[in-house]
Amino acid sequence: MVNKFSIKNLDMYYGDFQALINVNMEILDKEITALIGPSGCGKSTFLRTLNRMNDLIEGVRVEGEILLDGENIYKDIDVTKLRTRIGMVFQKPNPFPMSVYDNVAYGPRAHGIKKKAELDEIVEKSLRRAAIWDEVKDRIKKNALSLSGGQQQRICIARALAVDPEVLLMDEPTSALDPISTLKVEDLAEELKKDITIIIVTHNMQQAARISDKTAFFLNGELIEFDETDIIFSVPKDKRTEDYITGRFG
Amino acid sequence: MGKDMKLDRKNELKEKLAHYLFLFNATVAIISVAAIAFFVFYRGLQPFIPGNAEGTYSLIDFLTGLEWRPGEGKFGILYMIVGSLLATTGAIVLGVPIGILTAVFIAELAPKWIRTVIKPAVELLAGIPSVIYGLFGLGIIVPAIMQLSSQPQGQSLLAVILVLMIMILPTVITITESAIKAVPDSYREGSLGLGATKLYTVFRVVLPAAKSGILAGVVLGIGRAIGETMAVMLVAGNPIAGLPTSIFSPVRPLTTNIAMEMSYAFGLHQEMLFATGVVLFTFIIIINLILNRITRGSELK
Repeated sequence: MVNKFSIKNLDMYYGDFQALINVNMEILDKEITALIGPSGCGKSTFLRTLNRMNDLIEGVRVEGEILLDGENIYKDIDVTKLRTRIGMVFQKPNPFPMSVYDNVAYGPRAHGIKKKAELDEIVEKSLRRAAIWDEVKDRIKKNALSLSGGQQQRICIARALAVDPEVLLMDEPTSALDPISTLKVEDLAEELKKDITIIIVTHNMQQAARISDKTAFFLNGELIEFDETDIIFSVPKDKRTEDYITGRFG
Repeated sequence: MGKDMKLDRKNELKEKLAHYLFLFNATVAIISVAAIAFFVFYRGLQPFIPGNAEGTYSLIDFLTGLEWRPGEGKFGILYMIVGSLLATTGAIVLGVPIGILTAVFIAELAPKWIRTVIKPAVELLAGIPSVIYGLFGLGIIVPAIMQLSSQPQGQSLLAVILVLMIMILPTVITITESAIKAVPDSYREGSLGLGATKLYTVFRVVLPAAKSGILAGVVLGIGRAIGETMAVMLVAGNPIAGLPTSIFSPVRPLTTNIAMEMSYAFGLHQEMLFATGVVLFTFIIIINLILNRITRGSELK
């Protein structure tokens, strides 16, 4: 196993507020890493530093290093290229108000692929990888917003997969979904893990326990504990981790 | 002991009174529109009804005539309709791209300090009285056109287009900007998260998602342009006959026809000016119907 991400002494500030405090973490390739912790603990913020999505917010400052395959992503790199390597799935399904096809083809088109045959192939392959091809293959020209929430989320996953990312960041991807759709997304994550690295923020403890290899517990901007998921959920070393996973706070 | 749940007559009466007060106020607008429409159509359609006391005029001659000579009893407004439509089209073709790009800049790209300069400037532009636009057109645009044109005067279709273009900017900009702002950030994040550039995101996701709002802005801009009177009157040239043959030709839009002559017209002449108003009003109604369609379409989504 090799390190996909190395995070070293990461501090992050929103203006004067320090949202992340000295985070150090090694994320392995082709594993699922779950980020847990109470609301406002910095886990989503941390996730968004990994594809520099926080750049969009004014007044954000990042110190320390985040290395992707050994390369510092906060040094002189092309953010758009970074984001093709690191896909993202959001909390609320956010398909664009256009057809399923156009949604999935969006990323490849943004990167200059114009040939219809090539796009057709990418779209089908991505929808298959997101385990939604059979459900939408007859409605591929329909507006993606007409699908159910669970389907929309898998369309969004297909859309992210269409640019062939090495890492998929998932920010509470099932919090807006019903239990059956949630299971589908979880199964999908486990399937995708064969090829790509997944980092998932979740409020759902069972979800973290079910699908992740490693779990990181955040509290007040600090990484309290980071270990094998089995260990975190059976014999956590830190009292605060134990309190959180047993539901004593948060 | 539970709380007193007895009916409070006083409170109920207050609610009812407030309800009627709001209703009354709301009817003021409705009654005004109905009254204006009735009045303009009533006066303006008289000349086309046989047996009219002030004399009659053929509706066909009115709508297809190319001469407006009240003294000789000639009341043709086709060349004015053409002038109005050309001026409006020109203003839209030039003004809409500028307006949309400005709105995109304000809403998506500009750093804060530039935004704080542009926004008040646009708001001020909206507040300038139209006669001042006319003076600006007469003092700056018309002389400049005179340099370019072979015509002896600078008052022309081009001058009208340029003045109207500036005048519709605030409408197009403000409405487009609010339509852009109404596009959920989740669309932008989705696009940027796929590695699309900011510009690609704006043109492929944000603007299409804001389409119906932008169209509403364009339609309101058309309404503003076709209805503008004072500024146009000063720079149009207002000939008494003839279709415009080039952008340097003087034009006489429908609005200025009414404004210039109404103060001294009487009899059939006056009624023909009302009839001009009917034509103008019809255009405005059509524009509003289109606008309704567009905005209703976006609500359904």
